[in-house]
Amino acid sequence: MSTVDLSRYSFSGGEHAAVDDLTSLPQMDHQRLVLAGIDVHDKAVSGAFMQMDHAGVHCQTRQEGLELMDIRKALEKYDGLPQHCWKLLTPDKDDFTRMAHEQLNGGYFVRVAKGVRLSEPVQSCMFIKGHGAGQSIHNIVIVEEGAELHILGGCATAHDAGHAAHLGITEYYVEKGGKLTFTMIHNWGESTVVRPRSAGVVDAGGVFQNNYILLKPVGDLQMNPLISLNGEGAVARFNSVVVAPVGSYVDSGNRIELNAPHTRGEVISRVLTTGGTVINRGLIRAAASPARGHLECKGLIMGGGRIHAIPELDSNQDGVELSHEAAVGKIAQEEMEYLMARGLDEDEAASTIVRGFLNVDIMGLPAPLQKAMDEQIALLDAGKAM
Amino acid sequence: MLEIRDLHVSVHGTPVLKGIDLHVAPGETFILFGPNGSGKTTLLLSLMGFSGYEVTRGEIIFKGEDITHAPMHERARLGLGMSFQRPPTIHGLATGKLVELCSRGREVDVPALARRVHFDQFLARDVNAGFSGGELKRSELLQLMAQRPDLLLFDEPESGVDLENMALVGKTVRHLLDGMPDNCNASLRQRAKCRSTSGLIITHTGHILEYVNAHRGQVMYNGKLCCEARPREILDHIALHGYQECLRCLASDMFGKIAEAPLS
Repeated sequence: MSTVDLSRYSFSGGEHAAVDDLTSLPQMDHQRLVLAGIDVHDKAVSGAFMQMDHAGVHCQTRQEGLELMDIRKALEKYDGLPQHCWKLLTPDKDDFTRMAHEQLNGGYFVRVAKGVRLSEPVQSCMFIKGHGAGQSIHNIVIVEEGAELHILGGCATAHDAGHAAHLGITEYYVEKGGKLTFTMIHNWGESTVVRPRSAGVVDAGGVFQNNYILLKPVGDLQMNPLISLNGEGAVARFNSVVVAPVGSYVDSGNRIELNAPHTRGEVISRVLTTGGTVINRGLIRAAASPARGHLECKGLIMGGGRIHAIPELDSNQDGVELSHEAAVGKIAQEEMEYLMARGLDEDEAASTIVRGFLNVDIMGLPAPLQKAMDEQIALLDAGKAM
Repeated sequence: MLEIRDLHVSVHGTPVLKGIDLHVAPGETFILFGPNGSGKTTLLLSLMGFSGYEVTRGEIIFKGEDITHAPMHERARLGLGMSFQRPPTIHGLATGKLVELCSRGREVDVPALARRVHFDQFLARDVNAGFSGGELKRSELLQLMAQRPDLLLFDEPESGVDLENMALVGKTVRHLLDGMPDNCNASLRQRAKCRSTSGLIITHTGHILEYVNAHRGQVMYNGKLCCEARPREILDHIALHGYQECLRCLASDMFGKIAEAPLS
């Protein structure tokens, strides 16, 4: 892992006035935000939260049973959230957690009340606008018993704010029978340093589904979230799509602990390097039986770059079923020729296969976002794959 | 439509086709017979331009153009279409999307086309992912229906297909070759006149002959073509005598070599 000097970033003073209407943001920011999952024109949302540098500039809820507020406000209102704050992660884990603990400058608290099933997503956005700005945020997500929530979270830097740092603590709590879908789209700058630190617990019968998309360059990103399935029958799924252009360094993994009988975990990742480095980790650990887990890391190397796949399975239980599948390689000639026999030229065939490989369609994204992702993928120079 | 002259093809340095001469006229359907390993599939793959099939001599002329060394997609765009016997799975690519790509911008009603081969339920599925033998064939046909080739290359349309699917496959192949809409009341003469799609079909069982109007046929044996006759006649002959009978049709200098070729 590379070293990061946090003293190069300013973690305070990035204040901004409230933005009541997200459409009033500059047009250039709109485009950056769409790629980070935030459609400022989208009316089909349950709520929206936006943080710019160190200020929570926008917060709106449109649904009964949904609480959404700046984390600092929530800590004040709920006496420091003793049940949920710093329960899954410890501040002294590393420099980044320490910084987020000592110099908290944002994040959100979201809670969906028992039995409330929200069909429309909550949009959340962490936006870095100031040059040299450091965000050290803390998010707490609580899905109460039988409730359902979809968070569409985007993180982005403005066009001109490449040099920035984002440290993010996120704690997820999915109570009995609850369902949380967390879709995260990153849209950073070429020199942005990113250190998310996330952990979650899922109670009996709960479902945690995580979708992660990174299609744009990033300076240095390192994350390895951990989900613990503590209740019987709980399920966790991680689905990641990572593209690393020249200059990107991504060390990204997903960990699932199967701590109760009949739990299931799945980690699926698709990685494409067009010149960058990706360490692609995956870990499923089973401490209860019966339990099932499957890891799948697939990587394509196009035009240089490096992929290091590290799938790990760990258990001491009789009767668990854990498996993994890892592959790093190139586009199959057989698939290329199949498409070329239908009249697609080499470039068309390669990009069609790459688009299928990076299949973001299965994440069920809203249409404008899906379109934006398709456009991004189309821009990849897939012709180099051969 | 297609003119093959003295075609020699090697696979990994081993000569497989040893001087093929073949002519297929517009609207004509030609049937290739021959034992396993005789080079039939190699001929089709060489025509389509697959990598690994090296033309060492001779030429392939398609619609007046020399395509002997043309890239695959150019052959396809010129009007060559092939049904694959074992097509690869492409994850993340929906079958319907591929059908659309096959039409190359021409307007096609994909669901309507799919209904004709009972494949409308499969359009959202990944290309060839977990398809049965019959499903693979229907998927291939659907793609070809969108592609509308002028020369259809079909390797064993009946393999892996049950009887019920065979009727559907057979009728669809006929339809592709005829280029006539269903229930068209054109006279036989009109049909023959309109027919411009040609076919080059490999068959072992001959089931496909029940459905298509095959005009000529030949037997391939050890990389050479012999025994030109009406396809029905060839089939009856093979059924009766096996491929040994075809040996007589070959030149005597080839005889020794062919006798060594394994018969299956």
